[in-house]
Amino acid sequence: MFHYLLKRLAFMGLTILAVSGLTFFLMNIIPGGTAELILKHTVLELEEIPTSEQIAEISSQYNLHDPLYIQFGRWLADALHGDLGSSYILKKPVTYLLLLRLPATIYLALASMTIAIALGVPLGVICAVKENKFTDYLLRIVTLVGVSMPGFWLALLLILLFSVTLKLVPVAGYGGIKYLILPAIALSMHTMAVTLRMVRTGMLEVMNQPYIAFATSKGLPPRYIIIKHALKNALLPTLTVLGLSLGYMLGGAVVIETIFAWPGVGSLLVDAITARDIPLVQGCVLTIVGIFVTINLFVDLIYTYVDPRIRYG
Amino acid sequence: MVKIMKSANYFGWHPGPFPQINWAPYHKILTNRTVTVCLMILGVMVMLSFLAPLITPYDPNAIDLKSSLQSPSVDHPLGTDHLGRDVLSRLLYGAKTSFLISLSVVVFALSLGIILGGAAGYFGGLADEILSRVIDIFLSFPGIIFALALIGALGSSVLNLIIALGLVHWASYARLMRGQVLSVKNNDYVSSARVIGASDRRILIKHILPNALAPVIVLATLDMGHVILSAAALSFLGLGIPPSVPEWGSMLNAGKEFMRTAPYLTIFPGLALTITVVLFSLLGDGFREILDPESEVMGLGAA
Repeated sequence: MFHYLLKRLAFMGLTILAVSGLTFFLMNIIPGGTAELILKHTVLELEEIPTSEQIAEISSQYNLHDPLYIQFGRWLADALHGDLGSSYILKKPVTYLLLLRLPATIYLALASMTIAIALGVPLGVICAVKENKFTDYLLRIVTLVGVSMPGFWLALLLILLFSVTLKLVPVAGYGGIKYLILPAIALSMHTMAVTLRMVRTGMLEVMNQPYIAFATSKGLPPRYIIIKHALKNALLPTLTVLGLSLGYMLGGAVVIETIFAWPGVGSLLVDAITARDIPLVQGCVLTIVGIFVTINLFVDLIYTYVDPRIRYG
Repeated sequence: MVKIMKSANYFGWHPGPFPQINWAPYHKILTNRTVTVCLMILGVMVMLSFLAPLITPYDPNAIDLKSSLQSPSVDHPLGTDHLGRDVLSRLLYGAKTSFLISLSVVVFALSLGIILGGAAGYFGGLADEILSRVIDIFLSFPGIIFALALIGALGSSVLNLIIALGLVHWASYARLMRGQVLSVKNNDYVSSARVIGASDRRILIKHILPNALAPVIVLATLDMGHVILSAAALSFLGLGIPPSVPEWGSMLNAGKEFMRTAPYLTIFPGLALTITVVLFSLLGDGFREILDPESEVMGLGAA
């Protein structure tokens, strides 16, 4: 177990390093662009062309003359000390900006996850119990549309219906639960549909097991069998999918946050990319990938506890 | 070579001619009802999108400010956008953009996946070790984030969109290809080809590829829906296709500004997108049913 954990942690580190490195070199693919970019965001007026002295000055100030791998090494060394540099446009430390924006993303992701599980699991059970009946077909069609529909289109439709036409909730913004409802629903749809499918499949598989037949023959009430015997086992594969879904949510959050002007890491990333703000892009990518791999490690570890049949070497 | 084949047959060791391709999965795919219906509808859609210049009376980029933001009518069945362009024409031309981009992405990712995954599986050893780690890394973070960063770095253009999405999707094909090659390469006909002195290249192209490809290509078809969605999401964010090119994602992006006055600008492109992806999802379900009747487990793409 300890050996397995060590191996996983090493791979996690490697993944984060590789993604950061790749992003860093890609963002710097246009040579000399960085100094001009910083100038554009700081000293220069609009349309003003930077002089070569200015570029030289900024380059030496930010150590841009060094080869890329040295620059990356420096960034990495700082990052290990918790310093992610400072944003070119917002002129604030990246760590500060990320800590400012992270709660909103976590808030949104947790709300969506709650909706997805609260709807997906019971509906999946209903589908399995009513296999090949009308309810099952209806829910399967909903699921099919749910996985196929782009999250951003659902978001736009929700705004169109609940904000523009019915005027029940605000169009966009950040605040109380009123603001949370629409983005959370839009973000949860895909995960909800996937959860429903997984639970349905899992339940149908488990229901054919001998121990279910045994429980039925003992005369246990069906409700008890479904929840205690079947669902408990059917939920195991769902757990992995939920771990992956959280990654999907962090990705999907980029678009949803942008639509709803939700001040999270996703919309920060889009702003950073549009402005080519390299340290900020680096920071956002590092944060999102870091969260994603950590969650997946935890899901795998939890797995060994809930399913004693699985043991890692 | 003929002599060896004959002797092999004589001992009942290898029936049939070299190389033996398993056509069964291809045949089963084409006789499944869901798959056939989806393929037919998608075929009609592709045809309509390519015949768009003949069908639509309007140029998708003809700006006519006098008739901007018109509701659906006989002249413009799906209305006009803020620049007076006909929405139906743009939808049809947009289908072509979406199909071509997704196809390019899949072909690019598939080539990378087949080559790298195939090499890892066939040569084994250190090459496999390194390539497998790279594949693992690419599979262990949300792809859309990487695609975003890539387009941010390279600038937004159709080509960069294809490169970014291709680099995001190749790893899952490579992993499957590697597994396929590993399982095919131990077959008797591969060993016998090696015995009669066939080169690595010949064995790979003639014996291994034809037998390893089917599931990989199916996975890629299954992925088309995901790719269309990711491409639309990126161009919805304004990071991919320039606004002048008709594309569903960017149409939604432009339409959302006029949600109050012209909701149909938000509804129709999204509907087209959803229908297309539903068809691809159904197609994927059909394929999965055929290739792996045991499991009904739903796969999760990168995006």
